Amino acid sequence: MKIFKSIKWRLQIWYGIILLVVLAGFGFTAYQMERGRLFGQIDQELHRRIGVLGNALHRPPPRGENGNRPPPGQPPRGQEFNAPPLDDQPPERFSEDRPPAWQRNHLLPEFHLPAEDAHFFETNDPHSFYFIIRAQNEQDIGRSTNQPAGQFFEIENVLLKKFSGTSQGPEISRPPPLAYSFGNYQNIAERLPSGEVIWVGCSIVPELEELHRTALNLVAVGGLILLIGLAGGAWLVSRAMQPIGSISATAAKIAAGDLSQRINVAEAESELGQLAAVLNSTFARLENAFAQQKQFAADAAHELRTPVAVMLTQTQAALNRERDAASYRLTVEACQRAAQRMRRLTESLLVLARFDAGQEVLNRLRFDFSKTIGDSVDLVQPLAEERGVKISIAAEPLEITGDSERLAQVVTNLLTNAIQYNQPKGEVRVKLEAQNGLAVLTVADTGQGIAAENLPRVFGRFFRADQSRTGAGNAGLGLAISKAIVEAHGGTIEVASEINSGTTFTVQLPKD
Amino acid sequence: MRILVVEDEPDLLASLAQALREEGYAVDTADNGDDGLFNAEGTDYDAIVLDVMLPGIDGWEILKRLRKTKKTPVLMLTARDQTRDRVKGLDTGADDYVVKPFDLEEVFARLRAIIRRSANQTTNLLEMGDVKIDTAARHVFFKDKLVELTAREYALVAFLALHHGEVVTRTQLYEHLFDENESSLSNLLDVHVSNVRKKLGPEFIVTRRGHGYCIE
Repeated sequence: MKIFKSIKWRLQIWYGIILLVVLAGFGFTAYQMERGRLFGQIDQELHRRIGVLGNALHRPPPRGENGNRPPPGQPPRGQEFNAPPLDDQPPERFSEDRPPAWQRNHLLPEFHLPAEDAHFFETNDPHSFYFIIRAQNEQDIGRSTNQPAGQFFEIENVLLKKFSGTSQGPEISRPPPLAYSFGNYQNIAERLPSGEVIWVGCSIVPELEELHRTALNLVAVGGLILLIGLAGGAWLVSRAMQPIGSISATAAKIAAGDLSQRINVAEAESELGQLAAVLNSTFARLENAFAQQKQFAADAAHELRTPVAVMLTQTQAALNRERDAASYRLTVEACQRAAQRMRRLTESLLVLARFDAGQEVLNRLRFDFSKTIGDSVDLVQPLAEERGVKISIAAEPLEITGDSERLAQVVTNLLTNAIQYNQPKGEVRVKLEAQNGLAVLTVADTGQGIAAENLPRVFGRFFRADQSRTGAGNAGLGLAISKAIVEAHGGTIEVASEINSGTTFTVQLPKD
Repeated sequence: MRILVVEDEPDLLASLAQALREEGYAVDTADNGDDGLFNAEGTDYDAIVLDVMLPGIDGWEILKRLRKTKKTPVLMLTARDQTRDRVKGLDTGADDYVVKPFDLEEVFARLRAIIRRSANQTTNLLEMGDVKIDTAARHVFFKDKLVELTAREYALVAFLALHHGEVVTRTQLYEHLFDENESSLSNLLDVHVSNVRKKLGPEFIVTRRGHGYCIE
């Protein structure tokens, strides 16, 4: 599925999951806390009622024949207590023929709920508190009428036995109050120091309803927060991904061929901004490299055009009419010159291309560089004499490792330039010396010099100090090739020049 | 017709000049910008063939300076065929351009076209009375019959025909029919005129005494 591979969607999904887990944890905790609070309140209420009942139990009954005590069979005002419970009470304990507990056993403290405490056991209270008071001999002293029915009695017995079990010894130990909840009821039983067990319980339906409401509220609020969070997350993610979108759109345009495109870097400090800056500089270098390549191809084509034009014009002019042998010969000679020029050019281009591709293999041998220089000087001597230029050499024998033929090409090229761009009766000084383990060759002329703005382009391809010397057969590749050769040897070539004073080329080559 | 060719590649210059001469033009040559500009400013050429890349002053500069004084039609030769180069050439005042390498036929045709336009002619066919001239094929018809003319005679007829209705001075004729290397013997022109009259009828070229010649 494509949607799951998108970073945007994966981020969104992870974000949603994490948010959901956090909200669920938070909601659960809030629910538990609310539950604890509500049940704590209930327990508090139950304890309070145990206290009330305990006090009522040990308070001496009011004086007087009737006092507050209700007549038999007539419950006191408010809470009905001691009355036999509802119809489904176990018959053997609460049968009609047995008198109420306090009547049956006069040894037991008589119990009646004082009127001022009756409100604790109001029947219309939604909690409908109920109680059982049992004496040490497991006889009921008092009991409200509203205990829930059914399984309640089994639990009642289990619960009360826990206390009664410990009540047999002369030393009455006092276990801690016992809380017990079942169904919709919460109960607490406590054994008084005097031995009676008081059990108070109530319905927790209101609490459960409140908890239910709380849960619903939590789910609603949590859902709302989740929705808002997801929307915010989507906004954040799409905002964060926006630069990536613009980067990929720009990259796509560049891939389609428009190299001038750049990523708009709005936040240069951010991680994406830095990425965009890196990409932009890469694009710039790419564009530059492409432009150079294009310029190189255009220049090469341009250089080839002139000799082709010569050949076309010469042959077409010659073929326009019948001619004598001598004039055909002139035509063929001109064509030959043009062809030679094209050959030189294509060879130079090939050499450069091989150096560019790193395919040029150097024939490395140990040789005396000064001898190579001497040979090159001999080679260009006729040209120097023709131009009236004097060449002086200062070269000590110096052995280096390299391709002597290629290096001779460099020296010859530098010498030819020094002669061609010299003044009449000028001078070319060639010097070879060892410096810091390097062989340093300098070729200095007394020529017209190269303008400072042109110096950086001297080693560029198709550079000519005089832009228009197309006819000279010099394509402006010599120095570019020289540079490629020197650099393939691990050396450097530099130029310094002063207008109307001269130009000095310095070649530094490692000796080994 | 007299043409100046400015081109620094010697073999190209030589063959262009030779071919143009064989087409019946009087051709002057220059192999650098300075000589080219000097010639172009000093002589009324019928057209100039100008290379862009030249030692000294380059082609653009020659054109710019020449346009200050002369309207001579210029055909640029350029090795660069990018649109901006062509636009630059035409905007600087060139009348047309040819990209190297070119076919000679194309250069000839473009030269004829710019010369014709500069004389306000629209077709290669000129008709004057009984004489018809096809400047593309360089044929002259008299009473619908093809007449054989020498190159120089044709050049004389074509030049006068291009400027028909105008009086053309002898100096102008010398300037446009002979290049700088030819010794302009004063009676050479009279010989050509008389030969043309023999072939195309005595009334074709009218002599205006003290002024020059004219084709009505």
